[in-house]
Amino acid sequence: MLDLMSGFVVELRNAGLPVSLTENLDAMEAVKHIPIEDRDAFKYALATTLVKNEQHWKAFETVFEVYFSLRGPEYNVLDEDGEIDEDSLEEWMSQQMRGMGGQGSSEDMSPEEIAEMLFRALMNADEAMMAAMARAAVTQFAGMEPGRPVGGTYYLYRTLRNLDLDGMLDRLMEQAQERSEEDMTSLQERLEREEFENRIEDLKKEIEAEIRRRLVADRGVEAMAKTLRKPLPEDVDFMHASREEMANIRKAIQPLTRKLAARLARKRKHKRRGPLDFRATVRQSLSYGGVPAEPRFRNPRPNKPELVVVADISGSVAAFARFTLHLVYALQNQFSKVRSFVFIDGLDEVTHMFQDEEDITNAVHRVNTEADVVWVDGHSDYGHAFGVFWENYGAEINSKSTVMFLGDARNNYHATNAWVVKETAKKARSVFWLNPEPKSYWDTGDSVITEYATHADGVFECRNLRQLEGFVDHLA
Amino acid sequence: MGDTMFGDLASVRDGLKDVDYLADDGIASVVFLAEKLGKPVLVEGPAGTGKTELAKSVAAMTDARLIRLQCYEGLDEAKALYEWNYKKQLLRIQADRGSDANNEDWTDLQDDIFNDEFLLTRPLLEAITAEEKVVLLIDEVDRVEVETEALLLEILSDYQVSIPELGTIEAKQIPIVFLTSNNTRELSEALKRRCLFLHIDYPQLEREKEIVLTKVDGISDNLAEQVARIVRSIRQIELKKSPSVSETLDWARTLVLLGVESIDVEQAKESLHILLKYQSDIEKAAKELTVEG
Repeated sequence: MLDLMSGFVVELRNAGLPVSLTENLDAMEAVKHIPIEDRDAFKYALATTLVKNEQHWKAFETVFEVYFSLRGPEYNVLDEDGEIDEDSLEEWMSQQMRGMGGQGSSEDMSPEEIAEMLFRALMNADEAMMAAMARAAVTQFAGMEPGRPVGGTYYLYRTLRNLDLDGMLDRLMEQAQERSEEDMTSLQERLEREEFENRIEDLKKEIEAEIRRRLVADRGVEAMAKTLRKPLPEDVDFMHASREEMANIRKAIQPLTRKLAARLARKRKHKRRGPLDFRATVRQSLSYGGVPAEPRFRNPRPNKPELVVVADISGSVAAFARFTLHLVYALQNQFSKVRSFVFIDGLDEVTHMFQDEEDITNAVHRVNTEADVVWVDGHSDYGHAFGVFWENYGAEINSKSTVMFLGDARNNYHATNAWVVKETAKKARSVFWLNPEPKSYWDTGDSVITEYATHADGVFECRNLRQLEGFVDHLA
Repeated sequence: MGDTMFGDLASVRDGLKDVDYLADDGIASVVFLAEKLGKPVLVEGPAGTGKTELAKSVAAMTDARLIRLQCYEGLDEAKALYEWNYKKQLLRIQADRGSDANNEDWTDLQDDIFNDEFLLTRPLLEAITAEEKVVLLIDEVDRVEVETEALLLEILSDYQVSIPELGTIEAKQIPIVFLTSNNTRELSEALKRRCLFLHIDYPQLEREKEIVLTKVDGISDNLAEQVARIVRSIRQIELKKSPSVSETLDWARTLVLLGVESIDVEQAKESLHILLKYQSDIEKAAKELTVEG
């Protein structure tokens, strides 16, 4: 048990979760109080002591599933030799089949039969049945061979392709239509569909878990844990984020901007007192017989920071740009004055688009379609874009402005016009540059980041949430 | 801890159910462990998912007194831990001067004015000095500044408070401590390390339905099911603020009051403002519900 636990903790650390020694001890202590055969309770006991960030839950769950996949009574798919225990499964299956009026075992079940039983299981939300069918489907369709160096996703894909779950959804909907006496309203239909989608989602998870269990049995825990390791949400690279990861990142941006705004606001409040307030000092001195013993100071004017964001939305940073736009949108909600510009080789102001649209997706869509950012060919030209920026808006930058440039500074060998950054830096309170590329790529090829960087107050590599947070901390 | 308030996991869940709090497995295990290990619980999650309610329910279940510390920006020692009642101390000194006992020397007087009599206990100190069972709720801990957080560390790890003039006051009993956070900022590692962590998210469909059935009087099973389903549907839309459990309950109550048996699109749209608090969200949800899914 001890070995298992320490192996588990090591794997968690490998996956990037910060597990301290005390937390490890707590976990050991906690599992003592939990009946070991209660798998869920065991899992929660470990989670509550080891995982202190909701974002890490998924990583934890994966490691847990791998490490403890073959333990627990309900997971007795494998017998002593690690062979799949077909007998008991079959027996159970045939029982089920008889109950439904069918016959035969999983061995000679045709794909149609599996599909039919799956359909019924989904229709009636029969969880035990769904789990059993997931197993049968994996046996039948995944074509798993021991020792074959293929990832779990491959097997998952094969299984799902054979099951045709989209078609299943349509059939389920038809069935539901027939069941209800009168016609369903659109609302009912929507709810029904969501319910089925949910069940299918559960089924997919079940199949995934089944595949994982078999892979662990085949390859061993350590090897599996390594292949399943994924970066934590805060380490996900913006440039290569999947849809799901992107959604997570978006959720995390909101608190970050609030944090930024709060930090700046607090700094304003705690700032040194202003100049001497003569009137108030004289008024105060009356209580000391006219001796100005206690000087009074004026409260400093609240300093409202103005944010100017200039973002590259060209193809080379497309993924980052999507994120950037979300960031800008979130900032706009937090700061009283934000002006945003986007550019490729031309430059356009998009502040009003973010202001008019309550909804971020609409706003982003408008920016992508309406903003006039193409000047010649739609390839990045920082030089020209900056030229336009200076010409049209340069005059509006003043000592309150904080200017943020977002982009990879890949200029396609055009003129850099770095003087714009220099002039901006002279007028503005501060100028920052966020670069979504890894530092080692800077100044390679057509990247001219250093030319701009020399004039900015700070240039930051900003590839993931952790780095963005670092930047926010630096600012405040 | 030797004495066990809870027998096993199931009894925690049943106990909570008796006080109308439907805990899922995760919540029940964490509450159970918190008592077993004598550790505070940090509860995190979106607003209105029953974080504060959990602490109240645990207090009700164990017949303990609930002591609540509401956190806010600018909270300090004097309001969270203890404060010297300096007015009373001044009076004491004055009274002393009035009498002719001038020979009494200063150290005696000092001992005299720095004792329990002149100490105003604030929630944290009160929780650990209490004789009876106590549930301490530190609400919205993410609102205090990072620096103030440190104030909580001593009491959370060792259940004691150090007062320079008096020495260390140790807890007479170990209170069950809940800290809630809306996650507006990252809490410090030191704080997190000392706590068990519990994330309460929006409940699953089944559980939400159960909650509606328990909390709303006179609601039919059918309506509760519909309510839960529609709420889940709305939560899938990207909104500024998703409807919370408490808003679901409000909505269900409204529907019951209106005598609705089965919700149709029109009724849903008309009462959306109870579920959602932003005009833009309401418009969006109304649009989504009308358009075929």
